[in-house]
Amino acid sequence: MPGKSQEKEKLIDKEGKRVDGRQLDELRPIKLEVGILSSADGSAYIEQGKCKILAAVYGPREAHPKHLALPDRALLQCRYHMAPFSVEERKSPAPSRREVELSKVIRESLEPAVFLEYYPRASIDLFIEVLQADGGTRCAGITVAALALADAGIPMKDLVVACAAGKADGKLVLDLCDSEDKLGEADVPVAFMPTLDAITLLQMDGNLTLEEFEQAVNIALTGCKQIYKLQKEALKAKYVALKEATE
Amino acid sequence: MKGLPVFFEKREIVTPGDLLAEGDYIVGENTYREGDKFYATRLGLVDFVDKTVIVVALHAFYVPRVGDTVIGKVVELTIAGWLVDIKAPQPAMLRASDVFERSFKPQRDELPGIFDIGDLVITKVIAYDRTRDPQLTVREPGLGKITRGQIMEITPTKIPRVIGKKGSMITMIKEQTGCHIQLGQNGVVLISGKTPENEQLAMMAIRKIDEESHISGLTDRITEMMKKIKGSEKNAGKVTREGEID
Repeated sequence: MPGKSQEKEKLIDKEGKRVDGRQLDELRPIKLEVGILSSADGSAYIEQGKCKILAAVYGPREAHPKHLALPDRALLQCRYHMAPFSVEERKSPAPSRREVELSKVIRESLEPAVFLEYYPRASIDLFIEVLQADGGTRCAGITVAALALADAGIPMKDLVVACAAGKADGKLVLDLCDSEDKLGEADVPVAFMPTLDAITLLQMDGNLTLEEFEQAVNIALTGCKQIYKLQKEALKAKYVALKEATE
Repeated sequence: MKGLPVFFEKREIVTPGDLLAEGDYIVGENTYREGDKFYATRLGLVDFVDKTVIVVALHAFYVPRVGDTVIGKVVELTIAGWLVDIKAPQPAMLRASDVFERSFKPQRDELPGIFDIGDLVITKVIAYDRTRDPQLTVREPGLGKITRGQIMEITPTKIPRVIGKKGSMITMIKEQTGCHIQLGQNGVVLISGKTPENEQLAMMAIRKIDEESHISGLTDRITEMMKKIKGSEKNAGKVTREGEID
């Protein structure tokens, strides 16, 4: 198809650079901040490329509505929401089908990490607000949500970190941006707990051969490990800065 | 710790999922084990006490324990008593029969006359486990409605630091400010002193402990800070009498 070959040329140039000038295995620049909302029990903010996402955690607190409370463990409630101004064309602020699904996917990728059984009948409420979207918001959302949970002092087995790999222009690439996500051939988001070496989310959208899929997962995992280091630094940053200031 | 691998030094900051130690240890606060590996569950400072691996959390919420003295706010009146917010994952119940000497009759006894919504109360946890929400009592000396003073909130895990070794820190603050200080294990602190300035000084000291407890030399810094502020106050003519202990 002539149309398709034109698109492919756009995604990776002759020198092997991607649309935003990155190498194939290079992450977008990431900025993480922890504890930026004073009224939430825990909060965090991420900028990954052009993505800007806020996460806030409340609880564990009394579950509302009460009938949702579980007798043997805490309820993890997650709301992923995109601001109307987060995408090029105004998005209706009402939760769409996609947002409801992503809320569930993010919740299920975080649940294995949280010691929910410590707090029966309580509820941990997690809000993820996408202020600016540029592809890979579910992964950035999981990364930032894990930080907000840790900031709230909720006991966790490990921090969950997520990153996507995919195929653009016939080549496997790490951390897709919006155009690669939309015009590329495949997208594989992976959420991962590095110390436990456990994957908590694995999805695929598009077409990949079996070998390509395996490679893509491995590429995504290397990305996860890089982001994990940044997560740890961000968590400690507040206390380390204070320590250095007094000493 | 002879021969057994430890991956962090004492009082180093760790994050959830950090591998702390491997081998013959015991799981302490804020840690868990997988096989013979020990991991942190919270952001905090790692410590090894004998064979126990613990993490002192830098930020945590309050989880009730039976026997804790807590300060809470009455949020709801029910038929059988009051619901009190003690900053725990579950709301706490203060039963009416606990307050009235005789058996409580809704048609005869008025609940709001004793505690009304919004009242702050010093209470004690008498029952709490996985299956029951916390239950409170006020039938002990020193418990009941708070009528004066200032309230502040700090991280519940920092309460032991505010008390200090054998109460050294809290005694020092009390002596320096002449304030009466009541600590709730849930991180709520009641301060009542002769003047608002004294209360303010005590609050500043406690706030500093809350923020800087992970840095060594805390007692010295607090003493220094309080002396400095008191010194400047004296120069400004606001004389605070020393040696006033409640």
